[in-house]
Order: sequence, then C-alpha cells, then structure tokens
Amino acid sequence: MKVGIVVFPGSNCDRDAFYAVQQTTGREPCFLWHKETELPPGLDCIILPGGFSYGDYLRSGAIARFSPIMGEVVRFAERGGFVIGICNGFQILTEAQLLPGALLRNAQQRFVCRHVHIRVDNADTPFTTAYQHGQVLRIPIAHGEGRYYALPDVLADLEANGHIVFRYCAPDGTITDESNPNGSVANIAGIINRRGNVLGLMPHPERACDPILGSVDGQGVFKSLLHYFANVGV
Amino acid sequence: MPRYRATVTITLRPAILDVQGKTVEQALHALGFTTVEHVRIGKHITFELEAADRSIATEQCNAMSNQLLANPIIEDYRVTIEDVEP
Repeated sequence: MKVGIVVFPGSNCDRDAFYAVQQTTGREPCFLWHKETELPPGLDCIILPGGFSYGDYLRSGAIARFSPIMGEVVRFAERGGFVIGICNGFQILTEAQLLPGALLRNAQQRFVCRHVHIRVDNADTPFTTAYQHGQVLRIPIAHGEGRYYALPDVLADLEANGHIVFRYCAPDGTITDESNPNGSVANIAGIINRRGNVLGLMPHPERACDPILGSVDGQGVFKSLLHYFANVGV
Repeated sequence: MPRYRATVTITLRPAILDVQGKTVEQALHALGFTTVEHVRIGKHITFELEAADRSIATEQCNAMSNQLLANPIIEDYRVTIEDVEP
C-alpha cells in the first residue's frame, strides 16, 4: 500500500499524517509537493492533510483547490484512487467538488481545539472496516471553520445512502446538540462520496494514533486501508 | 481594448448563519447601538480588467465569481462594472 501526503504551503499536519501512516501500517508513505503535476507510480491513497493552506485566504481550501497537484488528485479520484481529506483537506475536497457541501465558520464563533467523540455511522467503507458500526471514537478536532453545511436535498441524499461516515456524539454515542462542537448540520463530522473512494472529515485521526497522545482511536482509518489493500492483493 | 473596474460583493446566503455578523452585532449592542440587527459581513473585491465590451467584462466577472471568488453553495455575489477613463 502506497500512501502519498500532499504538502501545500501552510499544511501543518503533513508530518503527523506521515508518522501515523508509518507507525500504524508499517508502510512508508511519501510526500507530494503541491507544485507536482505528476503522481508517483503505484500510489494507492492520497491524503490531503490539515493546516491552513494558502493562509485560508478567500475561503479555506479555495486557493489550494487550484494548486498544480490538484488536477492530478481529481483525476486520481476519478480513476477510483482513494483520497482522504482531513480538516483543511476536507475543506479542499469540498471546494474541489470531490465531496458535496461546504464548511463554514463554527457556529460557536471560535476556534475549537480539543478531543471530541464521534460515532462511526458507516463501517462498510474502505476507510472504516476496522471499526464497528456505531463505535464511538475519541479523536481531536482543531478548526475554526468546520461547520458542515449542505443543501437539504444533498443532505437527504447523504443520509439515505449512508454517506455520513462520522457524526459528533456524546460519549455514549447519542447524537446531541451539546456534542456538536461547531454547529454542523446533522452533527456531520465526516462524509464519503457516492463511489466510496473519497473521504473527508474534520477530526484528526492522525493525531490519535500513538498512546502518548492520549488516544489511538484514529488508527482504524489507516488499518482499514491496509486491510483493504492486503485483500485486493496490491 | 476598453478597461473596466469591477467590484464583486460576496455575502453568505441569507439562510446561512453569519457568525462574524452575529459577533459584531453583539459588540455594537454592547456599545449602546441597541437597535442594530441583521448584521451581515461580506467580501468586497475590486480589480481592473480589459474586455471587448461591458457585457463581456460582466460575463468574465461572473465566471470568476462562480469558479473562485464565491462558493455558490454558501455565498451570493453581485458584480458591478464601471468604465476606467483612459
């Protein structure tokens, strides 16, 4: 399994993602500089990491979406390649229209940086098979613009097709307003596209992969991928 | 080719909670401007461009707004075009 991690100017979770993939899967990932216009051969998954690409100018992800490498990332996704957008990476994926909806400023009017609970609402994706359906994870978030928004018909479509992969929840898994850290519609923390190869989420699984950081609940995302590629014989 | 000055005004769509606007509204209330309501904050982008005529300039500004300057899922935009005196 070969994972590439895109580095935009202003990315700041690229090394965390590298470390998490390396430690969790034992496979050596590689960095992909945003100016590249070709992807290395044999790539299975691309991670768009968290950070503040291009200073969040205009809108989070709006400029990164036009980075030279993004044309390749879009083509890679269209060919069925796996893409994970974490935090700023999720914002970039919505701006690039690889995922529906948009991410707005947190309803609570401030940047939120803490561990939250999220519930796995779809454990049948290549990114979540290491989890149980309904499992509650404790994973950190760190964002000022994480309020997921989609038009009602898009939201209904996400709900109906199981495309909502993670939702903010109480420690017991109940979906409540109090457990929603940013005002996201339907407590959405992460979604997957129709084809099932592009995942976007605001929480940081890569920051929850080492016991020293207080949680290893994020490991499942990378273990699921490893399991997927072991089974398809790549 | 004639030169035009464009102004693109971008605002969050009315149905979307504008937390910046809400925060500023609370601050204005704290200053004693208690009758203020419905504060909305947007972006004001100005630039100059060349185009064969005004309608082509407008068309280009609409294209720029749809592709980059605004996110049509969450924002509305308005374009105004003025002539730049040679």
